[in-house]
Amino acid sequence: MTDVVVTGLGATTPLGGDVASTWAGMLSGRSGISAITEDWVERYELPVRIAARLATDPTEVLKRVEARRWDRCEQVAVIAAREAWKHAGLTEHDVEPERLAVVIGTGIGGAVTLLEQDSLLKQEGMRKVSPLTIPMLMPNGPAAYVGLELGARGGVHAPVSACASGAEALAIAWRMLRAGEVDVVVAGGAEACITAIPIAGFAQMRAMSTRNAEPERASRPFDSDRDGFVLGEGAGVMVLEREEFAAARGAAAHGRLAGVGTSSDAYHITGPEPDGTGAARAISAALRTGGVDATDVGHVNAHATATAVGDVAEAAAIRSSIGDHPVLSAPKSGLGHLLGAAGAVEGITTLLAIRDGAIPPTLNLDEVDPEVKLDVVAGTAREVELHAAVNDSFGFGGHNVALVFTQA
Amino acid sequence: MTNEEILGGIAEIVNEVAGVETSEITMDKSFVDDLDIDSLSMVEIAVQVEDRFGSKVPDDELANLKTVGDAVDYVAKHA
Repeated sequence: MTDVVVTGLGATTPLGGDVASTWAGMLSGRSGISAITEDWVERYELPVRIAARLATDPTEVLKRVEARRWDRCEQVAVIAAREAWKHAGLTEHDVEPERLAVVIGTGIGGAVTLLEQDSLLKQEGMRKVSPLTIPMLMPNGPAAYVGLELGARGGVHAPVSACASGAEALAIAWRMLRAGEVDVVVAGGAEACITAIPIAGFAQMRAMSTRNAEPERASRPFDSDRDGFVLGEGAGVMVLEREEFAAARGAAAHGRLAGVGTSSDAYHITGPEPDGTGAARAISAALRTGGVDATDVGHVNAHATATAVGDVAEAAAIRSSIGDHPVLSAPKSGLGHLLGAAGAVEGITTLLAIRDGAIPPTLNLDEVDPEVKLDVVAGTAREVELHAAVNDSFGFGGHNVALVFTQA
Repeated sequence: MTNEEILGGIAEIVNEVAGVETSEITMDKSFVDDLDIDSLSMVEIAVQVEDRFGSKVPDDELANLKTVGDAVDYVAKHA
């Protein structure tokens, strides 16, 4: 069966406007989290006043009319896809449009557009509602606009599985390539919904950190003193290809997506199974489909959002499915939680850890929760040769996705 | 209002909505075939034309405005 290689990477995140700056920021232990400056935090007396905003605003990169026609989640998807496409060295002549697909997920989609247009409707009436409202708010918008831009005719898909959406997009891409449906898939996730109502809703669930006085210290995955996640925004996109196809066009592979595993908890709408059984099944499935032995997994790029239950459940899942040996890192400590983009951006950083033999530090890890019982990199990046690494992603709804990356 | 003034106003609107250079927006240009403007943007342009010139553009009239010149003539008659 054909192997799936990664030939292109693209991202825009709170740590940088591209992959290189994001990765450099992570390795150096930088935080992308800061105070929210908009007036709505005061107006609604929100208990959460911190977020991880994009380092480079999309309007600085896009043409004015592109920015005008696209919701922010669509803007970041196209920016990341353009970088990944260029990185892969692809042109429209290299792949038949019918053999090119796009899979880009989002957790929430164009929520900001929905809110803005709802205000316009109420304040100024029907005729001021934009005819672009629907294409801007639909959650398949990011995938559709990337598909349009690249002329992809082999299928455009948009998995929606909350915070697992980006990882699930990569999993679907892997399955399409393994089945031989297409030769190239541009896949990832996009999210941009930092506004009052998502924050109010997550805060009412008591899922978010309220460490407002110390934004850079707020996201504390695996730390005993963690108090929830910090909302972020961004996008990550990979170009995945059938190995034979990439080799035939002389493309450089930066690594392999060796295997994928998905499962569902059927336990609670938002809470994970405390013992991490569902997550463990996803990880085991990823190792099995990838033909990777658990002993070869040197690193896990953890989902770890810094909620009380989630981090411990994930650690239990890693111990039961892989063992005590993998070295963990929790990228959300500096990136914040990019929701539907998280799995895609973190998949990219998992691959880069293997390529560069370096695991980024987990920020704010002053005292590891004793229930974690695993080696989590803190302080500074750790240099280590990696053959295989796992990226976990979980989403409200009980979605579990694990991806196994290996060296090129 | 002169036709030149109307043309200038419409060119500004088309530039704002669709990003077409104002120098490209001349009387003989077709919105769809020459300026690559889609039906969604045409709705936005019609709303802005109404706001700017006060001439209502019903949907069945909008469909008849094929060229920039058609739009200028329409505004000249209905402003």
